[in-house]
Amino acid sequence: MNADTRAPLLDVRALTKYFPLRGTTARVHAVDDVTFAIARGESVGLVGESGCGKSTLVKLIARVLDPTDGRIYFDGADVGTIPAERFARVPARARIQMVFQDPADSLNPRFTAFDTIADPLRRLGTAPTGQSLRTRVAEVAELVGLPRALLGRYPHQLSGGQQQRVGIGRAIALRPSLLILDEPTSALDVSVQAVILHLLADLRERLGMAYLFVSHDLNVVRMVTERVLVMYLGRIVESGPAAAIFDAAAHPYTRALVPAIPVLGSARHRERVRLSGEPRSPVDPSPTTCRFFGRCPDGFERCEREMPVLAHITDDHEAACFAARR
Amino acid sequence: MSFTVAKGETVGIVGESGSGKSVTALAIMGILHPAARVTSGRAVFGGLDLVAASESQRREYRGRELSMIFQNPRAALNPIRTVGRQICDVLLRHANLPRVQVRPRAMELLARVQIPDAARRFDAYPFELSGGMCQRVMIALAIACAPALIVADEPTTGLDVTTQAGILDLLDELRRTTRTATIVITHDLGLAAERCDRIVVMHAGHVVETAPAHRLFTHPRHPYTARLIASTPRPGAKLTELTPITGAVPDLRGALPVCRYRSRCDRGTDACDEAPLPRIAVDDGHVVACRFPALT
Repeated sequence: MNADTRAPLLDVRALTKYFPLRGTTARVHAVDDVTFAIARGESVGLVGESGCGKSTLVKLIARVLDPTDGRIYFDGADVGTIPAERFARVPARARIQMVFQDPADSLNPRFTAFDTIADPLRRLGTAPTGQSLRTRVAEVAELVGLPRALLGRYPHQLSGGQQQRVGIGRAIALRPSLLILDEPTSALDVSVQAVILHLLADLRERLGMAYLFVSHDLNVVRMVTERVLVMYLGRIVESGPAAAIFDAAAHPYTRALVPAIPVLGSARHRERVRLSGEPRSPVDPSPTTCRFFGRCPDGFERCEREMPVLAHITDDHEAACFAARR
Repeated sequence: MSFTVAKGETVGIVGESGSGKSVTALAIMGILHPAARVTSGRAVFGGLDLVAASESQRREYRGRELSMIFQNPRAALNPIRTVGRQICDVLLRHANLPRVQVRPRAMELLARVQIPDAARRFDAYPFELSGGMCQRVMIALAIACAPALIVADEPTTGLDVTTQAGILDLLDELRRTTRTATIVITHDLGLAAERCDRIVVMHAGHVVETAPAHRLFTHPRHPYTARLIASTPRPGAKLTELTPITGAVPDLRGALPVCRYRSRCDRGTDACDEAPLPRIAVDDGHVVACRFPALT
């Protein structure tokens, strides 16, 4: 990733977040030395299993959590040093927004759809009151395909798909340049998911936003992203164009992850790499042992005494593995 | 709704939320919410009608002949009892084993579901185990008395895909070795396609189509099944190929049309409003509840 010539929108360098374990000096390495960038208007997928640090990474970037170490540059400015509690009041807040997994849980039950969409506009927008506010909310509702008649309703009076439209409306009301989508469709039925995915693709095209799309559903990620980051126990183990990740994965973890997704219409019980055992503990893991060692079908003695770092497979495809498939 | 499951067979019940998948499972098990009643119909299991049977008869069957795997294993397990004790409880209640053999048998079951270091995990509480491990414990409970039928309600929803694959491999293996019949309830069409012999598609409380798995996904005849498949992301497919299903499930509280898919259907005619809802056998083992089955 040549950050200098492409002037990325988001540039994350050696980002690290440790959580202390209460009553001990041990620390959970939730995000460990993560470096990547997102270009303006680019759609990047972030995949990995639960507990791999996806959510922590997303919270660091959304600036609701402070990093232990590392830098977050947004549009050239160092935003990682602004404490999370103050970030809510800086202008950059308007430009990094988030859509959450469960719309029913992430909407204020005592806010109507109108209030939910108006909330960020009132706090940070340029049209905080009166007719101009109503006009802006109506515009946003139009953009996310929410019938104006539903603006007066509370979350429990809306369907799952409508709730998620409200959640998306709140996120795009301030016209962010980076939208973080944390499992935006995994609580929805497939028929509704299809609608929301189309809406998100359409909004990106119309508003020119960049997406960081977090999901465990790799088939969905493949449809809506251009580039994919694969995380395993706090570290990015592979990064590359979506097509390369899905069709020519280099890291053994990705090669186990991709075929594990059940697929419609494929031959039953395809050949796939089966992972044995449980992931290593994220509590003070050895800095000189690959995190995937022990579960990895390709591991050898070097993996136990040296931590592999991201290395180029091709120009835009990297993997952190000594046995990476080229 | 009607369907059958043969010995050693895995039947998948698929459909969107609110289609009645879970209610069907709970009705079979006889553990519906007290406010719910099975108004008519039968659930015949090895000759016994479970719906008509007394609660004590059902209780005898549950656990020994019929068992259920729930969606959220951590919530379904007893949080203040070690997993080993919970397996012993089931064995003591149903297995007719001499007391001294109960603990070793429970240990064996933990090993059977591939829990590493079973002797140590025996004394673990559910909160000390990962979600995948809890689901393995749940499967150990379900197979403790070698049941003839296992009902698995979204057994891997909420688990990671690699964990999911391991759990499903385990269920497959148990089925092959013990010839247990399995009903898998899932919203994941891919999972159903890969793991089930036969599929039952539900929509708004009705079975709209039943067919062998491969046939259903290659030749869906009910318009709802076809739309459901078209709205499921497939690897390599483009977003433009993903088509949503229009409309919504009818309100099940009011008077219902003969065909509950009618308002969402693009091929419906007035003939669709005439009772009864047809059940057309379009092929061997392939039945569709539609007057105008799609030609595929």
